[in-house]
Amino acid sequence: MADQLATGSRRGLRPALPLLLPAYLWLTVAIFLPLSAMVFFSFMTDLPLAGKEWAFTLGNYAAFFSQSLYSTLLFASLRLGLEVTLWCVVIGYPAAYVLAKVLKGRSREAIFLLVILPFWSNGLVRIFSWAMVLREGGILDTALNAVLPFKINIDLMYSYPAVIIGLVHSYVPYMVLTCYLTLQAIDDSLIEAGRSLGASRRQVLRRVIIPLSMPGLIAGSALIFVPVVGSFMEPRILGGRTGTFYGTVIEDQFVAVFNWPLGAALSFILLAVVLIILALAAPVLRRAG
Amino acid sequence: MAGVQVANVSRSFGAMKALDDVSIDFADGGFYALLGPSGSGKTTLLRQIAGFDFPDAGRIAIGGESVERVPVEKRRIGMVFQNYALFPNMSVADNVAFGLSVRGEAKATIAAEVQRALDLVQLGKLGGRRPHQLSGGQRQRVALARAIVTKPRVLLLDEPLGALDKALRVDMQIELKRIQREIGITTIFVTHDQEEALTMSDRIGILRDGRLVQEGPPEEIYDRPQSEFAATFLGDANIFRGDATGSGIRLQDGTTINAASGASVPAGAKASCAVRPERIQISTGSAKPDRVDANTLEGKVSKRIFAGNSSTYFVDREGQTLKVIVQNTGAERLAEGEPVMLSWSPDSTVLIAA
Repeated sequence: MADQLATGSRRGLRPALPLLLPAYLWLTVAIFLPLSAMVFFSFMTDLPLAGKEWAFTLGNYAAFFSQSLYSTLLFASLRLGLEVTLWCVVIGYPAAYVLAKVLKGRSREAIFLLVILPFWSNGLVRIFSWAMVLREGGILDTALNAVLPFKINIDLMYSYPAVIIGLVHSYVPYMVLTCYLTLQAIDDSLIEAGRSLGASRRQVLRRVIIPLSMPGLIAGSALIFVPVVGSFMEPRILGGRTGTFYGTVIEDQFVAVFNWPLGAALSFILLAVVLIILALAAPVLRRAG
Repeated sequence: MAGVQVANVSRSFGAMKALDDVSIDFADGGFYALLGPSGSGKTTLLRQIAGFDFPDAGRIAIGGESVERVPVEKRRIGMVFQNYALFPNMSVADNVAFGLSVRGEAKATIAAEVQRALDLVQLGKLGGRRPHQLSGGQRQRVALARAIVTKPRVLLLDEPLGALDKALRVDMQIELKRIQREIGITTIFVTHDQEEALTMSDRIGILRDGRLVQEGPPEEIYDRPQSEFAATFLGDANIFRGDATGSGIRLQDGTTINAASGASVPAGAKASCAVRPERIQISTGSAKPDRVDANTLEGKVSKRIFAGNSSTYFVDREGQTLKVIVQNTGAERLAEGEPVMLSWSPDSTVLIAA
């Protein structure tokens, strides 16, 4: 045993290099270089294109602090991220529990496929199909009015709830998958042990299962919260005028206003804020897990 | 504390009859082993008593109260699982406290009870540890403390010593027995280890294919097995098959074997006799048996296995290999290939109806 460990460590990094290299080369080329360029841009007055004059400046970062619009939008986006994450927990965790602990064999595979299905459809298609469902005279409106005896008007399109619905739909599979993995690793005998000691199913859930599946909840929340805070597609298409968030403002800088330096600076402020939040949350969450 | 009555309990999973009309009385304060090969239904029976699963038919009573439709958390049982099932997110003390704390007991009461339970299993100082910091035997003790701290009516153990190594297992057998005596709790204990069943329990129930094969004190089952299965599953046995004569059986080659105990089988019917290997005397051809009605057979040693305090001889005769265990008394050892005379008393022979 000790022998094996020794040879294992002696081999070290070198033999593993051919396996690691492709991934790290790819990450360097595809992410690190463009990201470095973006850091560079964020300190420029203008893009160095078409012979325009440019200089180094902190102005792009200063803009965030001088105009309250940006911080207001950032707070709105953080709130959006929190709400979407919360809904994903509420919807995804029970589904993951049923998948991991209740269903067996064939039916589990079938339900699992349904969870993964959204990943296989194009994001834009998903969002536009929500648009068809949510608008007045759309699928939801028509269906409800066909069933209900009284007339109701359902027009969720271009509203905050529509943005939430679209984002939750896009991101809930992450929560299901991460929670499924941790729930599946919890031995059924722990649940039985809890019940044999007189605990109701609810007490076992609260005192044994949820604490033990905390790593999955945390991983899922991080996977969802971070991209949702910077999301722009769902807010723009489903939110319309109400769908102005921090992510859409950044997108505007890149595709509409062509103020790449400001867009880059706003992106890095977002990155910093998200990292600070995760760092602050980490010890609390670790204790909970 | 309370006794447990299982009456005519059946349970099927699809086409598989896991339990088929099983009835056993577990008296108050007794230590019972449910013994059987895997798939015999012993764990299913334990789970019915615990309440993890409900029988299709039959009655289960704990302390005279029918519980066959009562969910596990309301049955007031204590259970120890094969893999211990300690909560990894809690300290040892919190594990033990779990049952009391879900009941809403006062904090001070819980702390005192937990300490008492941990002292009982000799882990009084380890309350602050996490389960993963304990050895297998220590986890076992924590699981036991957790199961008994709630003062359950019955203690159920599902192969509790299966994951321990041999030496530790023997220690834990003694320990478990001591604790059981000390609190006097009715204990039902599932195992596939016959030695464990023999050494620990007051009574043994042998199960096979969902049916109760035999039930009784270990000595009774060992000395008077009622079936070939019981004879060979609990200990070793030489089995002879033939036709009943009224006082024993006649083998195909005409040899008669007399049996002083066992079932009464009408002459002429098929029957078998069982003899424990340690009850057979083995000697070189000339020696005379010390009783006139003794059973004798001639054979040839085909193999000898020396195990220190005893030797096991395999003796071939008429296409059958018999097993004989001889204590190491210093007597001359027989060589392989040597012709021998086997003899044993009818008192050591059990007649079994086919």
